Amino acid sequence: MALLKSSKMIYCLGNISPSLGVLSTRNSSWWGGVQMGPPDPILGVTEAFKKDTNPKKMNLGVGAYRDDQGKPFVLSCVRKAEAIIAAKQLDKEYLPIGGLAEFSKACAQLALGPENEVLKSSRSVTVQTISGTGSLRIGANFLARFHAGPHDVYLPKPSWGNHTPIFRDAGMQLKAYRYYEPSTCGFDFKGALDDISKIPEQSIILLHACAHNPTGVDPRPEQWKEIADIVKKRNLLVFFDMAYQGFASGDIDRDAWAVRHFIENGHNIVLSQSFAKNMGLYGERVGGFTVVCKDAEEAKRVESQLKILIRPIYSNPPVNGARIAATILNTPELRSLWLEEVHGMANRIIKMREQLVAGLKKNGSSHNWQHVIDQIGMFCFTGLKPEQVERLTKEFSVYMTKDGRISMADDSNEQI
Amino acid sequence: MSQFFWVPEVPQAAPVAVFKLTQDFNNDQFPNKVNLGVGAYRTDEGQPWVLPVVKKVEKIIVHDDRLNHEYLPILGLPEFRSSASKIVLGDNSPAILENRVGAVQCLGGTGALKIGAEFLRRFYNGSNNTKTPIYVSAPTWENHNAVFSSAGFEDVRPYRYWDAEKRGLDLAGFLGDLESCPEHSVFVLHACAHNPTGTDPTQEQWKQIAEVMMRRKLFAFFDSAYQGFASGSLEKDAWVVRYFVSSGFEMFCAQSFSKNFGLYNERVGNLTVVARDADNLKRVLSQMEKVVRITWSNPPSQGARIVTITLTSPELFSEWQENVKTMANRVLLMRSQLKAKLQALGTPGTWDHITDQIGMFSFTGLNPKQVEYLVKEKHIYLMASGRINMCGLTTKNIDYVAESIHEAVTKVQ
Repeated sequence: MALLKSSKMIYCLGNISPSLGVLSTRNSSWWGGVQMGPPDPILGVTEAFKKDTNPKKMNLGVGAYRDDQGKPFVLSCVRKAEAIIAAKQLDKEYLPIGGLAEFSKACAQLALGPENEVLKSSRSVTVQTISGTGSLRIGANFLARFHAGPHDVYLPKPSWGNHTPIFRDAGMQLKAYRYYEPSTCGFDFKGALDDISKIPEQSIILLHACAHNPTGVDPRPEQWKEIADIVKKRNLLVFFDMAYQGFASGDIDRDAWAVRHFIENGHNIVLSQSFAKNMGLYGERVGGFTVVCKDAEEAKRVESQLKILIRPIYSNPPVNGARIAATILNTPELRSLWLEEVHGMANRIIKMREQLVAGLKKNGSSHNWQHVIDQIGMFCFTGLKPEQVERLTKEFSVYMTKDGRISMADDSNEQI
Repeated sequence: MSQFFWVPEVPQAAPVAVFKLTQDFNNDQFPNKVNLGVGAYRTDEGQPWVLPVVKKVEKIIVHDDRLNHEYLPILGLPEFRSSASKIVLGDNSPAILENRVGAVQCLGGTGALKIGAEFLRRFYNGSNNTKTPIYVSAPTWENHNAVFSSAGFEDVRPYRYWDAEKRGLDLAGFLGDLESCPEHSVFVLHACAHNPTGTDPTQEQWKQIAEVMMRRKLFAFFDSAYQGFASGSLEKDAWVVRYFVSSGFEMFCAQSFSKNFGLYNERVGNLTVVARDADNLKRVLSQMEKVVRITWSNPPSQGARIVTITLTSPELFSEWQENVKTMANRVLLMRSQLKAKLQALGTPGTWDHITDQIGMFSFTGLNPKQVEYLVKEKHIYLMASGRINMCGLTTKNIDYVAESIHEAVTKVQ
């Protein structure tokens, strides 16, 4: 202990007296120049919420579904799948680098539809990933290494906050196309088409398959068709991010419509999927990354390269969530149960939206809140400005992200 | 069908050797085939082993209705991080008591190395200094190179380690590289049970290594994948990490719970960070959080829960230690039996290294031709380097393996 104290003293002396520079170097840190990183714009909201002592505090930040009592919701199909898996007494051997095969297969079928020509001709590869983030990361790394066109990724304005740093860290440049129209709180269709028509050929365009995050604003099918056409004319590589399949409309096929249309329309897309929300498997980190290729042979080559990208990050993925998801998707009665439950979650959110609008009107708001009902999925873009958000947080302990995005899934009846 | 934008042809990548070996083994129809390749524990029946304590804890988890599948914090389950760090540093580590130890829950040992590497590339030895030399042992786990180079380091080099001629540690070479390398170089050190050689420096040798590293301002990045598994004792297997901490190093230790908990596919790892003081630690963790967020956002919960429940319950902790000893003891038994049989057969060469070496692996000293003979003629699968996984040996196959090695050594030069 005495030794410790004296070395501490020397450190302090070293700071005061330059002549003791040698000692202070030995006692100083490698990390002296490391700045404090700012809290995460989304997950940091929950950290701040946790620290708040106000009993009436509300967390409308993170996209995690809550039941009517405001509690995390574990789906029945998940609990049932877990029981089935527990009974099997499986071993814990490493998964292959690309993950659990029955999961990857079911994951692709869910997105594309089991009868999809792409699957029948084996001209796609799907690897299991660390949920949506991990999928986007692998995708970004893959494009950075193999994409022959411009390394520009066009995101909708606005997009999920984590898209930009992920692509940027992979070495891609970020650009944007118009998407959200603040004056209507709706889709800026004209602006989007206009911008997309000017994107240099062979660039990459990222599209939210459904339940756009953060705005909740989705194109209608006719609008998707026009977007698909113009994207084809511009010869762009399409990167779909589908984190809410089933969660948006309550119908998994309806929510995957855009993805399937683009493929039918001849686009060989890349696709990220997450099961965090639609199966409530957030912390189990379940996702998939799919590359649609020109043929089976190319798919095999692409698969080999995806493995090379995955190995130095985490070697092989975690089994637990993938087993649960695969069990649900591949067991008919669990799959039906899941479809019901997802439908239920989507409906509750729709109801919350209606109640919120009714409540706002009742409280005397003359503002037009129709967009709250028109928007789709977990999030609502309130249209609140950063200063208004700050006030809500500071004065009322209502937590949301700075951009005015609130999670509709996080509201209970009382809180509305 | 639309155009393709990939570089003219996305080339087929070579398969990862160790997995290819297992694939070939699986496809082999020979009834007495033996897999001495991939690093996973096997029982004497040649089966994977889910630790009894793990089965117990999984039941606890399944029946606990309070548990859900919510996101963990970005840095992981707090109780996991702290109890995992305690395992390697010791409960009463002065560094822990001084609040200068933190950790990041990661996806296995690989994930821990990855986050550490990404952090170092951004913040060590300047800012984004991709030219900082990263030294890995010659030989080393084949993925070390890729982890650091994919994190952006341009200069990943070997440091002398294995002396093939004397089948032991090349201490002079190791110390020589430590003395001559550029200041601030990063050294990836195997905490125990060196992979692939099974050869560890003695405590005296580690002290010499530490002295040079401190003097020349070299960064210690420990890879601890076999704590407990090597000698059967958690304390013994963590000795060098604790020694470096008490010597005043700021350092990283990538911990894996794949082997010592048998949780291979749950991806349970921990990057333990020892910093100069709490303030430095805080800033380091905040930046590591940023790296995690753009890599996997937050880690998987199942494996971390299993480890945490086990480590924080005195009963379960004891049971775990027993399970670990079971594995370590079986490996020690196979080592002594293999050596005994080779000596009894009069196999040319000395075979002391089989029992001198420690942990899951043994560097047999067999040359590539002899290895090929074993694989092709005897259906015994091992790495081209001559590395065998002792866990692949059982009381039923050890005679066949010993005789085959004898044949390979006498017939093939």
